[in-house]
Amino acid sequence: MSPLELIADRGKVIAEAPSAEPMAVRGLTVSYGEKPAVFSVDMAVPEGSMSAIIGPNGAGKSTFLKGSLGIVPKVAGEARFFGKPLDRVRGRVAYVPQRASVDWDFPARVIDVVMMGLYRQIGLFRPFGKSNRSQAIDCLERVGMAEFAQRQIGQLSGGQQQRVFLARALAQNADLYLLDEPFAGVDMATESAIVSVLKGLKSEGRTVVAVHHDLTTVRSYFDRVALINVRKLAEGPTDTTFTSEALQETYGGRLADTQLATLQQANG
Amino acid sequence: MSAEFVQLSLTPMIVGVLAAIACALPGNFLLLRRQALIGDAISHVVLPGIVVAFLVTGTVTAWPMMIGAGLAALVSVAMIEGIKRLGRIEPGAAMGVVFTTLFAAGVVLLEQSDTSGVHLDVEHALYGNLESLIWFDAEGWASLLDPVALAGLPPQILRLAVILVLTLALLGLFWKELAISTFDPGFAQAVGIPVRAIGFGLVMAAAIAAVASFDAVGSIIVIAMFVCPPAAARLMTNSLGHQIGWSVFFAASAAIVGYIAAGYGPIWLGGVHAVSAAGMIATVSGLILALCALFGPARNRLSAPSEGQ
Repeated sequence: MSPLELIADRGKVIAEAPSAEPMAVRGLTVSYGEKPAVFSVDMAVPEGSMSAIIGPNGAGKSTFLKGSLGIVPKVAGEARFFGKPLDRVRGRVAYVPQRASVDWDFPARVIDVVMMGLYRQIGLFRPFGKSNRSQAIDCLERVGMAEFAQRQIGQLSGGQQQRVFLARALAQNADLYLLDEPFAGVDMATESAIVSVLKGLKSEGRTVVAVHHDLTTVRSYFDRVALINVRKLAEGPTDTTFTSEALQETYGGRLADTQLATLQQANG
Repeated sequence: MSAEFVQLSLTPMIVGVLAAIACALPGNFLLLRRQALIGDAISHVVLPGIVVAFLVTGTVTAWPMMIGAGLAALVSVAMIEGIKRLGRIEPGAAMGVVFTTLFAAGVVLLEQSDTSGVHLDVEHALYGNLESLIWFDAEGWASLLDPVALAGLPPQILRLAVILVLTLALLGLFWKELAISTFDPGFAQAVGIPVRAIGFGLVMAAAIAAVASFDAVGSIIVIAMFVCPPAAARLMTNSLGHQIGWSVFFAASAAIVGYIAAGYGPIWLGGVHAVSAAGMIATVSGLILALCALFGPARNRLSAPSEGQ
């Protein structure tokens, strides 16, 4: 690269907000009827962090992710990724939907699903090729599923299906990973496999955001939390944000004292 | 015998095969998207479209009919979407309401309008006129190489062939987008696939296949071919590509076996009259589905438990 190109390149970067967070959401409001599911939520996710989105059932956690990504229409608000609208940085963002949101009876093998993660890399009008196949196998290896590559996806256990979804996201080779309930209904072995993959991504400087429902594991898995119940109630480092008071507020006083006490113990 | 076969049976069989495949191809994706009823809906609303086109133009020539039917298909898809959103009811119910109402309206319209002078009636709409698509200019197999004779082929063959080639081309070009958005629409949207446009394109491909087939083979075959070959094919394999291949094979087999059984079966059995080819082809496609449901290798699929351990 010539010096001139370097300068030109540098100039471009500076012009487009150099310290842009991987994900910055402002005033996001999504409504499925008259009642908003998500109301005016702000969130700023720092680079290299691993964040949990926490809240009771029906609090709009999944809807928040889908609204940010434009999968469900938003009433108001804005989501920017790496300082830009999603359309300009789709290749840097990987989304893992809830496992239960798809029909696992679909006629596909494990490898077919993982190769879907290479979609943007392959581009329009080109078929999946041999090199894509080996890329997909590599990603399956990282989640310990390489031996299942030829298996029909409906024949997998819930935990195995979740790992396939994670492998598909790895194939996207993104800088920001958004996961919707990645630990829902999975076995212990899968949970620890997924956690170690996510921590690996974080150690490479990538950013992870996950909708999470198991309060006992929040402290050991995530360094940041956002507490949501339609509105955002708290956001920040886990140490200072994940407190009994904030949880009581988020869950509307529905957590029993004993539950909170157990949490305190589990979290040390 | 062979000259007679080429003249009387070859062209209806080819038309039947082309129509069956053109409908089965989009049917695969409609089935996997749990929208199989869309094909049913479209093939029903074709009738009011054709009647309105006749009332407007006063003729029963192909293009006005096709355009009328195509517009009716568009109107029905818009109505289904509208009822689904405004009424907040499940898609199946919305389709059921739309296609029964529009088909009934078509029947009433047809009865009230003076179509005595033309070949347009409810029976024709249901069974088509497959048996009448004979090749007058054919004198034997050699006619397949005779340009003069070829020019006399029923126009339905060329029309369906063009539509089939187009459908295959679109399927090949948008294979990844179709597969991904059918399996996981949320993910598809996140990677930038225009999920709505793909869904709309699929329904349009189905509508075009239905409208073009309708004229030749009637709505019974269209409805059967949207559902039966893809459903049977799904029971044969766990791969999307193979499923499409099997569905093409089943659609073509149903058309050929059904046509022969309708034309010659009753005579072989000592009867005098042939039975309706459209009805027999649809029946054979149903039998294929039944056989696959009993013996297909992929029929015992283990769906993973929702709370797997």
